[in-house]
Amino acid sequence: MSTATLEGQAAPTETVQSFTVTLIIRRFDPEVDSEPRWQDFDVELFATDRVLDALHKIKWEQDGSLTFRRSCAHGICGSDAMRINGRNRLACKTLIKDLDISKPIYVEAIKGLPLEKDLIVDMEPFFDAYKDVQPFLVSNTAPEKGKERFQSVADRERFDDTTKCILCAACTSSCPIFWTDGQYFGPAAIVNAHRFIFDSRDEASETRLDILNDKEGVWRCRTTFNCSEACPRGIQVTKAIAEVKQAIMRGKP
Amino acid sequence: MTVSIETPRTLPQRRGVNWEKWGWIYMRASGVVLVVLIFGHLFVNLMVGEGVHAIDFAFVAGKWADPFWVVWDTLLLFLALIHGANGMRTIINDYAQKPGLRKVLSWALLGSTVVLLVLGALVIFTFDPCPAGSPADLLPSFCGDIN
Repeated sequence: MSTATLEGQAAPTETVQSFTVTLIIRRFDPEVDSEPRWQDFDVELFATDRVLDALHKIKWEQDGSLTFRRSCAHGICGSDAMRINGRNRLACKTLIKDLDISKPIYVEAIKGLPLEKDLIVDMEPFFDAYKDVQPFLVSNTAPEKGKERFQSVADRERFDDTTKCILCAACTSSCPIFWTDGQYFGPAAIVNAHRFIFDSRDEASETRLDILNDKEGVWRCRTTFNCSEACPRGIQVTKAIAEVKQAIMRGKP
Repeated sequence: MTVSIETPRTLPQRRGVNWEKWGWIYMRASGVVLVVLIFGHLFVNLMVGEGVHAIDFAFVAGKWADPFWVVWDTLLLFLALIHGANGMRTIINDYAQKPGLRKVLSWALLGSTVVLLVLGALVIFTFDPCPAGSPADLLPSFCGDIN
């Protein structure tokens, strides 16, 4: 490894303490199991490791059949949202030191979406709701020739919070309304609609407000704040939904 | 090479009233009014004067002799019952997943709400503090003056 020399130079005399952590993972193999089952693994981890590192260790050293999604492993791609100790988090942003390792750590797939295998769910219903709100800039006017569309700092600030969404589905799959029948658009779709509804350059806010004024739209939200609590990016999701409700009542953003 | 992108879907013109929206607004508006009505009701019944010990048939009769309390209690009845029924409706929509069951529960809820509203309104508006032929010791003191 290229860092070997660096480590050699630092020559730390004390070794970093590691812990044996028990993970209980909800496994499901559609070809074998009829029902999901819980399986426990003991992993040697450092306090600075993340739950994703624990999953990697299990997959690489103990059970290669463990299946989960991850890409960037740094909280940007939004692939590894899962339910850790009953709360929706990104496995790559959850440090072992922040969890109580005197007890086992429970890891399962996010709820409300069809379970495919182990920690993987079918994300299509989630992305369908996302597509329904037209999450792209719609403008009928051309920008000034050779220029970009002008936007003031204040106008940009208006929807800054909702631009942070990484579509990990942690919010939508923490929403009790979404768990019930999956018809509700869900917080993530509304957050992404919010991002364009309040964008001063966009001209299709009314269409989006109409879509969200639907029977399964924003009015199904019960302000339980599960989504705001689940968001790994710290987006004030419930606040964004409330702002969309206000905009629908006013008829404009 | 040019790529043509399909025009984003255009929505059909919305028709009729959006009940979900008005239901949501009703919950907020009635909630605010109910805070005043309910705490006013509790304060007057339980804390003013003798407090909870003052409540008997005569106390209720005395209150409903005043049009102010008739209006207050009617508002309380309608706002609270519809508020509660709308809350139950959202719970039915959330948890009754079979369309048949959802329909049955919704209609049962509507039926019971209407029955309770009619009964409550009847009690408030047709209330007779001095029903003929009742033992005098159960009636409020002013009944003797009227009859």
